[in-house]
Amino acid sequence: MADRAQPVSARAGIGAALVVAALIFGTLAAVVLRAEPGRGLGSADWAALRFTLIQACLSAGLSVALAIPAARALARRRFAGRRLLIALLGAPFILPVIVAILGLLQVFGRAGWLSDVLALFGLEPVQIYGLHGVVLAHVFFNLPLATRLILQGWQEIPAERFRLAAQLGADARAMRNLLEYPMLRRVVPGALAVIFAICLSSFAVALTLGGGPRATTIELAIYQAFRFDFDLGRAAMLSGLQLVLTGAAALVAVKVAVGEGFGAGLDRPLQRWDGNSTTSRVMDGFWILLAAAFLLLPLAAIALSGVPGLVGLKASVWTAALNSILVATLSTVLMLVLALPMATAVALGRGTVIEVAGILGLAASPLVIGTGLFIVIYPIADPFALALPVTALVNAVMALPFALRILVPRAKSVVGRYGRLSMSLDMRGLPFVLRVLLPRMRAQIGFSAGLAAALSMGDLGVVALFADPEFATLPLQVYRLMGAYRMEAAAGAALLLLALSMSAFWILDRGGRWHAEA
Amino acid sequence: MLRLENCLIENGGFALHADLEIAPGSRIAVIGPSGAGKSTLIEALAGFRALSEGAIRWRDYDLTPIEPGKRPIAMLFQDGNLFPHLTVAQNVGLGIHPNLRLDNAQQANVQAALARVGLDGMGDRKPAALSGGQQSRVALARVLVQGRDLLLLDEPFAALGPALKAEMLDLVAELVAESGATLLMVSHDPSDARRIADQVVLVAEGEADPPMDTATLLDNPPPALKAYLG
Amino acid sequence: MKYLVIAAGLLSTTAAYADAPELTVYTYDSFVSDWGPGPAVEKAFEEVCGCDLKLVGAGDGAALLARIKLEGERSDADVVLGLDTNLTAAAKATGLFADHSVTADYALPVTWTDATFAPYDWGYFSFVHNADAAAPANFKELAASDKKIVIQDPRSSTPGLGLLMWVKAAYGGEAPAIWADLADNVVTVTKGWSEAYGMFLEGEADMVLSYTTSPAYHLIAEEDASKAAAVFDEGHYMQVEVAGKLAASDQPELADQFLAFMVSDAFQSIIPTTNWMYPAVTPAEGLPKGFETLVEPSKSLLLAEDEAAAVRDAALEEWLTALSQ
Repeated sequence: MADRAQPVSARAGIGAALVVAALIFGTLAAVVLRAEPGRGLGSADWAALRFTLIQACLSAGLSVALAIPAARALARRRFAGRRLLIALLGAPFILPVIVAILGLLQVFGRAGWLSDVLALFGLEPVQIYGLHGVVLAHVFFNLPLATRLILQGWQEIPAERFRLAAQLGADARAMRNLLEYPMLRRVVPGALAVIFAICLSSFAVALTLGGGPRATTIELAIYQAFRFDFDLGRAAMLSGLQLVLTGAAALVAVKVAVGEGFGAGLDRPLQRWDGNSTTSRVMDGFWILLAAAFLLLPLAAIALSGVPGLVGLKASVWTAALNSILVATLSTVLMLVLALPMATAVALGRGTVIEVAGILGLAASPLVIGTGLFIVIYPIADPFALALPVTALVNAVMALPFALRILVPRAKSVVGRYGRLSMSLDMRGLPFVLRVLLPRMRAQIGFSAGLAAALSMGDLGVVALFADPEFATLPLQVYRLMGAYRMEAAAGAALLLLALSMSAFWILDRGGRWHAEA
Repeated sequence: MLRLENCLIENGGFALHADLEIAPGSRIAVIGPSGAGKSTLIEALAGFRALSEGAIRWRDYDLTPIEPGKRPIAMLFQDGNLFPHLTVAQNVGLGIHPNLRLDNAQQANVQAALARVGLDGMGDRKPAALSGGQQSRVALARVLVQGRDLLLLDEPFAALGPALKAEMLDLVAELVAESGATLLMVSHDPSDARRIADQVVLVAEGEADPPMDTATLLDNPPPALKAYLG
Repeated sequence: MKYLVIAAGLLSTTAAYADAPELTVYTYDSFVSDWGPGPAVEKAFEEVCGCDLKLVGAGDGAALLARIKLEGERSDADVVLGLDTNLTAAAKATGLFADHSVTADYALPVTWTDATFAPYDWGYFSFVHNADAAAPANFKELAASDKKIVIQDPRSSTPGLGLLMWVKAAYGGEAPAIWADLADNVVTVTKGWSEAYGMFLEGEADMVLSYTTSPAYHLIAEEDASKAAAVFDEGHYMQVEVAGKLAASDQPELADQFLAFMVSDAFQSIIPTTNWMYPAVTPAEGLPKGFETLVEPSKSLLLAEDEAAAVRDAALEEWLTALSQ
């Protein structure tokens, strides 16, 4: 690849990856340098590591395993509300953790709807707390994401290939071998790695649903090292451990996810001729209903408890909502500035290092990044004055792994398909980017931007560390309301947050959609 | 004169050697067994493959270090010659300016090229709305506005039916006759060569031979070609 | 982004050039929120000080201390408000704090003699439950019952740490056994108070670790008398929230003035219905109506700060062991 001419340079992408790596490792180094000698990792930390790994593997595996049939069903069925359902798939993922936990418990808790139903039959309430509870919650958060990523894989198979397969009389098994398995082999490892990384840094969800200190994760150990022991060295060590694990997962995913793309089609509307048997209709219906119920019930719970609190939300909540929109916009722009060159560089064959750098954003503990940034910024500027850009930047880096998963496959196929033609037309650099790359990637850019905006909107992240009383974001305001006993108003604000995030996601995702369907 | 001076093109375990000259304005068919390296030769000419040895010269300019888009070459690939998201007129306009900032005269030029290939009034359509033959015509209209000295065809019409393919080849012949461009086309079909090429470059057994008269070569094929022609 | 940075820079410069001196107080986040005491306190103090009071929120008490440690002597903070007696020993060990000159007639159940930190409010930890349900009378009764409780993690939450100290102060060496018996009553452990309280309100548990003053919120703000705090006969552990001034403050006089103001009526009368704690000094007009309905423990427990610091790590270990079974 290296000696072959390319329509665009990989330099910008390498630069962006360096910025990301500098942010993550720089902040970690800042924390290490500031540390005083503390105690090293103890047996409790290794127990935390063990639990973290177990729950992260289970959560990632189950999320993806369930997402595959759900995504396939969504890819080949058309029904009223399908678009809305696909848009709602973004929702759990972007909720502040505390809101999502309460929503989940309203459905699956001891006093939840499911327990109420069981009680009608004289059965015991659901025993939600334990490892299975942790996994359930993580699947709730990540199944939708996995479904969207895999659904996208399906949608990237050009209509021409389905047509060809249909023409060849491919039955369900042949269809799987011809189109679906190769696609899954490219998409699934990345999805697994991303979800594994998300679950790796889970803390509040794991603790609460896990039923207590048995469910101590590395992130909780980091938290403890910081605020209970003020042992920055140990916090940094644990954070490094998290980075190594995520890096390893990303590396494996990049190496395993091989296979050629499906080439490009001529943008014909996707139409499918397979899966018309009654069995497959029933199965698809089952998966769609199951995914929808699992997803929508907790969201409905959140919405129901939020409605009464919506009236009479204070002005400060609305101001916080505006701040959140500002942060989300800025962080979406930053994410695209980082992700597009990185995805292009990966497509040009400068893959592995950049992909790994891209995924580390997930593994970096917000507490460590935040503290590291604080240590770096404090001597030169007022950290509070920088609350907005810092929050936006960190959110952008956290959204990067998702964005790359979405953008990379498409960038690969665009460069592979149109690179030569563009070069023969002397269309290189900016004209190539503006005329070919970006237009061909519109749908993926829209989807990733929507995800980043929604994610940033819902993320508490480092803003808690850089919280300026004059600059509160909506998630922070939700926590503040709860902390002040105003549970009803907090639920209202959470509903507002949910609505804002969903709208951001919807608008950007729709804006980028070029397929006649989906 | 297009000169391939002692060129060696390597690709994995495969190597192709070429040392030949092509006169300006000739119409050359590149033929040979499948896998012999016909496309490799064309790609090296277009600049998509680096030479391990030797040089390519056009009118005494060394093309070897020049990027594909800067060479005096227009090329059509086996497939994917059009951008699906751009209109027909935009696809043609790319041949004038890759950032598509065209002045009125250039716009008119695009329209004239479309009219010349028989696509008058179809400039606003997207490629998906055209038939296969029409898509080929769009690509040829672009070649027309590119106005390059050399035209390389890597079997762009292979997917078309015989009648349609013949029609396209005739169009190509007309266009190069009008512009005086030098044509090199890869083909696996000797009748294509007979139809529009006055000379043939035979690619076989790791060697691209100097051009020979089409009829002479095809009527008395050397053993390598004979095996291929059957 | 650049413009925002510049704009932010300009704003802070404007503040710096204003005539009035600026007093920076670091506190926990819920103090500065719209629903906390912050806005009213700021207004009241600025009326008397001729200064600009800047309240800066930083997480909770423990995060506040971490923040001060990170900033060290260069900190902009003049006063830190919101540590409790579990943190004061560590805070003093930093050497960053100066002694205060506050004197007041404290309404605390214990005698206050700390030279570095002055208290501004206090409360009793307690299990809050629905008033119509019977409550156990002590930890042993709770452990023997099938009541479900939700508590906070001592590693990440102030009340969580308070409960750890409560059991330790009440039972000493017997604490591990108490925790072992309580393990099956604990529905789950949450990261912070909000999660736990929210879960309790949703019916996930019969009781939640909070404060004896919690029912006052429901009674006064929501006119809802359905919540009650259980009284345990072992006594209740106290949380005393304190403030201290930093030795490196560039406004030491203002800092002293603020600490004196902190124990005055103007500040103290704000506390009960914003922080939902007992004021450290009872305001002249007494406690707000509704506070008289709150239960009063017969016995107050509070480990001295050095004692608290000494038992903390071992108590955590016992807690982890008991609840990890």
